[in-house]
Amino acid sequence: MTAPVLRLEPGGAATPAHAGARLEVAGLRKRFGRLEVLQGVDLALVPGRVTALVGPNGAGKSTLVKSVLGLVRPDGGVIRLDGVPLGEDPRPRGAIGYMPQLPRFPENLTGTEVLALLRGLRGAAAATDETLLDRFRLRDQLGKPVRALSGGTRQKLNAAIAFLFQPRLLILDEPTAGLDPAASAVLKDRIRELQGRGRTILLSSHVMSELEDLAQDLVVLIEGRVRYHGPVRDLVQRTGLHGLERAVAALLEAGRP
Amino acid sequence: MRAARKVLAWEVRNLVRSRWVIGYGLLFGVLTDALFRFGGAGDRVVVSLLNLVLLAVPLVSAVFGTLYLYTAREFVELLLVQPVGRRPLFAGLYAGLVLPLAGAFLLGTGIPFLAHLGPAALVHGAAPLLLLTGVLLTLVFGAVAFVVAIRFEDRAKGLGAALLAWLAAAILYDGVVLLATVLFARWPLERPLLVLMALNPVDLGRVLVLVQIDAAALLGYTGAVFRRTLGGPWGTAAAAGLLLVWVAGPLALGWRGFRRKDF
Repeated sequence: MTAPVLRLEPGGAATPAHAGARLEVAGLRKRFGRLEVLQGVDLALVPGRVTALVGPNGAGKSTLVKSVLGLVRPDGGVIRLDGVPLGEDPRPRGAIGYMPQLPRFPENLTGTEVLALLRGLRGAAAATDETLLDRFRLRDQLGKPVRALSGGTRQKLNAAIAFLFQPRLLILDEPTAGLDPAASAVLKDRIRELQGRGRTILLSSHVMSELEDLAQDLVVLIEGRVRYHGPVRDLVQRTGLHGLERAVAALLEAGRP
Repeated sequence: MRAARKVLAWEVRNLVRSRWVIGYGLLFGVLTDALFRFGGAGDRVVVSLLNLVLLAVPLVSAVFGTLYLYTAREFVELLLVQPVGRRPLFAGLYAGLVLPLAGAFLLGTGIPFLAHLGPAALVHGAAPLLLLTGVLLTLVFGAVAFVVAIRFEDRAKGLGAALLAWLAAAILYDGVVLLATVLFARWPLERPLLVLMALNPVDLGRVLVLVQIDAAALLGYTGAVFRRTLGGPWGTAAAAGLLLVWVAGPLALGWRGFRRKDF
């Protein structure tokens, strides 16, 4: 058996090149009142690949993501991270980085204080990756109260937090929304870098060109069921249409009752 | 509990810089000082302040607390995504909400007492019980805010529920008790009234303070019974203990909801 290739992470911590986490979701069900939002979702995300999660509004994307994050308690099914079922124990979630679509931080705290709180919750032993703080040139802004930061700067802080604890599984919800083109390019580059280092990345977005640019795999969720799960290229070839946007639109149209 | 302490410290730091919390403390400070300047003696100031405390503290704790929790929701979600259990997060969030509010009330009301009457005023007489009542009502209605914000997804409905809880405890309940007193005026009502009073934290706070001062005599025989029952150290401790039960009830409900909630 050969030893895993090691690369030096920013900050000097050595991690295996394929340090991503394997996420498996099997038979996931969730009901809100009479509405069955997830109707037995099965999927698997593998390290070293970016998976795009798409679907129409109300398809269950947010519920699926929130179930993985522990924010929503599924009614049935199982979610495993590297084979370990995710449940009441919060510790496995330390491997996950999450970038929500709408960042709202305490208005009277500074960016530095927000980062310090999150570091404090992770403990002193948690290794950090502050690359995005530098690339976004955020450090000058961190001393200001959050209420004084622009929407774009808050979104940069949001992204930096998602990447901060060297997550093995990264979940990004509309990551470039609210970012200027330069910041968007920085973030996309960082996503590609982490993918190159073997991290597992789940990306939810309505911007198909962005997904086409970043993702290798695609999960299409319609009415709480997975209608497609496979390589992006395969879907485009199978539909014979030009580009991911048309291919996904055709799939959504076919899945409509 | 390290996580709870971290969350508590964050929330306290955030709220002590809030202009609403600062304004809340200043309001009590200005009013208490004005009562001393224009009203005179300590007990008279306590009586004048009592109604304000019984109305404003539950209102601000319930409404501010509810709105604050709705505003903080996305950040709470970010905290829940960290490898930390829900119990320490709930403990930190609750303490972090009620401590700055209670602190603003204590400083706003306590400093004028200290300035006008000296340190003894905060140890003896009705003033310390007024401060204790204000703090306990903050804990009670802060917990009510948690119950409401967790129960209702819709912010407008949550705000309505918080206002309704305040209205019921601070105003409507007294109306119902008064009506019952009039209707059953021929019956000996002292003991039933004691029980009815224990069922409402605002009334409990009112009696806790009133029985310490001469105004209790104005309540006639009922006032005498209340004073005999709750006026001594054991009675005071029992009333404060009942108020703590009133903290524990909504807090347990809030925790139950928070533990099970889908965010």
